[in-house]
Amino acid sequence: MKAIPIEYYLILAGVLFAIGILGVIIRRNAIVIFMAIEIMLNSVNLTFIAFSSYLGDISGQIFLFFVMAVAAAESAIGLAIILALFRKKQTIYVDEVNTLKH
Amino acid sequence: MNWLLITFLILGVLAIASALFTVLSRHPIYSALSLIVHFFSLAGLYLSLQSQFIAILQIIVYAGAIMVLVVFVLLLLNLSESEMKTLQGQSRRGVGIALIAIFVIILANIIMVNYSQPTELTSRADLFTAQSIGNALFSSYLFPIEITGILLFTAIIGALVMAKKKLID
Repeated sequence: MKAIPIEYYLILAGVLFAIGILGVIIRRNAIVIFMAIEIMLNSVNLTFIAFSSYLGDISGQIFLFFVMAVAAAESAIGLAIILALFRKKQTIYVDEVNTLKH
Repeated sequence: MNWLLITFLILGVLAIASALFTVLSRHPIYSALSLIVHFFSLAGLYLSLQSQFIAILQIIVYAGAIMVLVVFVLLLLNLSESEMKTLQGQSRRGVGIALIAIFVIILANIIMVNYSQPTELTSRADLFTAQSIGNALFSSYLFPIEITGILLFTAIIGALVMAKKKLID
């Protein structure tokens, strides 16, 4: 069985990370920005797993554990912030939230 | 043909397409649904890397817990169709795409230069079982996992406090 080189996984992870950055840059909806951040976290997870699997080291999988825990905490806090923002401002578009500016 | 390569190509194209659809689709609920497809294709990629426990964890944690939260909030906010706005600023989109292109090129160069020696994927299905991961977690990574527990606990309390109605008024 001929294995595929690890560069394929790394390039895929890089492309996914770039798509995540693209989402954070061009979207204004806070929930979509939030989902783009999830895409970026997942691309980093893919790199961890690729290296862990190709080098035979279990540390990458452990780190993915912690990344998942942080992502879960981030999603709970972030969605609570979005909910509170919507109650206060009636909007979830990030460029309409400029109270701190003035 | 190489079945590993075919599997990788199908899952990779699916992951990239669903990620693009997540980022570019007009309505957030379509973004959420295609993000679920993205998580499943990543779980398939983890399976192709012989990490079966992590693949199951990916489906449970991301496609289960986090996406339920996202869809729940989307339904709770109840954005009407008139509030949906188009992607703003063609110039900003152009800047974003150019930036991403430069980033991908730099990344591909770095990867091609640094990892030129071939690394073979041997059979490691017995190394990445739930048992061995649990052993590592509760022996050499015991302190980090306790800290993670504290982090999750703090996040629960923070989310509860922030989502309370009285705090807003």
